[in-house]
Amino acid sequence: MNYADKFKKTFFTENPVTGMLLGMCPTLAVTSSAENGIGMGLATTFVLMGSNLVISLLRNIIPARVRIPAFIVVIATFVTIVDMGLQATLFELHKTLGLFIPLIVVNCIILGRAEAFASKNSVLQSFIDGLFNGLGFTFSLFILGTIREILGSGAILGMTFIPENFRTVLLFVLAPGAFITLGFMLVGMNRISKALGGK
Amino acid sequence: METTNKVEVKNRLLFMDSSPLGHVSDSTVKIMYTVCITLLPALAVSVWMFGWEAVRVIVLTSVFTIAIEAIISKMVSYKVNFMDGSALLTGILLAMNIPANSPWWMILVGALVAVILGKHVFGGLGQNIFNPALVARVFLIISFPVEMTSWPKPLVYDSTTGATPLGILKTEGLGALAGTNLTDLAIGQMGGSLGEISAIALLLGAIWLFIKKYITWEIPVMFFATVAVFAGIFHLIDPQTYASPLFHLLTGGVFLGALYMATDMVTSPMTFKGKLIFGFGCGFFTMLIRLFGSYPEGVSFAILLMNAMVPLLDSYFPDQKFGMVKNG
Repeated sequence: MNYADKFKKTFFTENPVTGMLLGMCPTLAVTSSAENGIGMGLATTFVLMGSNLVISLLRNIIPARVRIPAFIVVIATFVTIVDMGLQATLFELHKTLGLFIPLIVVNCIILGRAEAFASKNSVLQSFIDGLFNGLGFTFSLFILGTIREILGSGAILGMTFIPENFRTVLLFVLAPGAFITLGFMLVGMNRISKALGGK
Repeated sequence: METTNKVEVKNRLLFMDSSPLGHVSDSTVKIMYTVCITLLPALAVSVWMFGWEAVRVIVLTSVFTIAIEAIISKMVSYKVNFMDGSALLTGILLAMNIPANSPWWMILVGALVAVILGKHVFGGLGQNIFNPALVARVFLIISFPVEMTSWPKPLVYDSTTGATPLGILKTEGLGALAGTNLTDLAIGQMGGSLGEISAIALLLGAIWLFIKKYITWEIPVMFFATVAVFAGIFHLIDPQTYASPLFHLLTGGVFLGALYMATDMVTSPMTFKGKLIFGFGCGFFTMLIRLFGSYPEGVSFAILLMNAMVPLLDSYFPDQKFGMVKNG
């Protein structure tokens, strides 16, 4: 497997968010700032790596007929670890992400990678696949969060840069802003993917 | 054919059907400019009420929308004729939807949203799902709530800014509006956006559109009737809390919305039943938001909501075609 090529793919042409439009719920809900985007992205990356690793290890033991419940149990275990870990270490971030941390369990990207990749490939490959997909997800969430934070609150990573008498576009912190920004991001990413020689 | 029509055939706004063909002088360009002209009485009232501030807003919105459309025309793959009047109409309608004291940057944001998010992301003129000017208004009202709710009062009053009658109704209740004269509301002597103040001037312009058959009666009549009935029922139940139907018809954007926004050719249904349901929905959601929502005015949200349902209405309620057997 060519890792450099795969890395490029998961970031652009086959990016979970902008390439395959998976995991839309956290993508649209928690990206009101870049920090939240990174937090959500990294939490998901951890779960992806863990679940891909374990599911790949168990791929020959899990009967095909009950594989989905089995995958969910593995994923839920890692989500619980993330949930409790964040609560203990980054309490503020845990409070902002709130409900969306337990909801990582039902993130399509994770189940998708488990079903499509980890259950068919070797442990190392699955682990790296989880890492790359997680980073691709984090990357998209970070870009989306940054754009919304700049337009909506006039700040980058929590640091306000606009003068006080300037107005920010409140809409971008709200839900419609997420949809509009994502739409324009898809346009941009499609252009980049095309330039990189994808479909 | 007129020269304007030739321009349009080149721009693929008009398609040639198979013969026999009749000659009509109507074209998209002509319709657009006619609608702009019929808005002149309402614009005149706004200038009379708000003075040069109103002129400034109208000029800025028109210049911005046309300029942005001209820039967009260089960026997109399809042909855009930025002088076809549609950008100007969007500009004028946007001006009618915002306060006369709008700062220039807010007008610029509004024009960008109207032309790009309202129209060109969908593929340009004729492809848009939502009314561009209303998309811009809702964008602005959510983004800049302070600027979009400090409405200048007409020059005849001493005070400078205040809430609209509907805003007062929402925050202070019906009692605060005891001295309101319905004739003042009809002429346009109240706080509000440029185009929502004068019901009579808007009606005057719209009559010409009716005569030219650019708009049909179904949507406006159903819109007005639904608002009146909805408000009437609540007014009869409790006249102390709920304003009269006439008050609800004359304040806010019902006239502008029903006559000019909801009847937009691109974003309204084509069939008879579809139009009736569309008009009913606009009126129903307007009153629902006015009486029970958090915003004092709901016309723009109601029309956008119904805009989204137009493809559904068109396919669920088709017109009976000539020669077709019912349920055949």
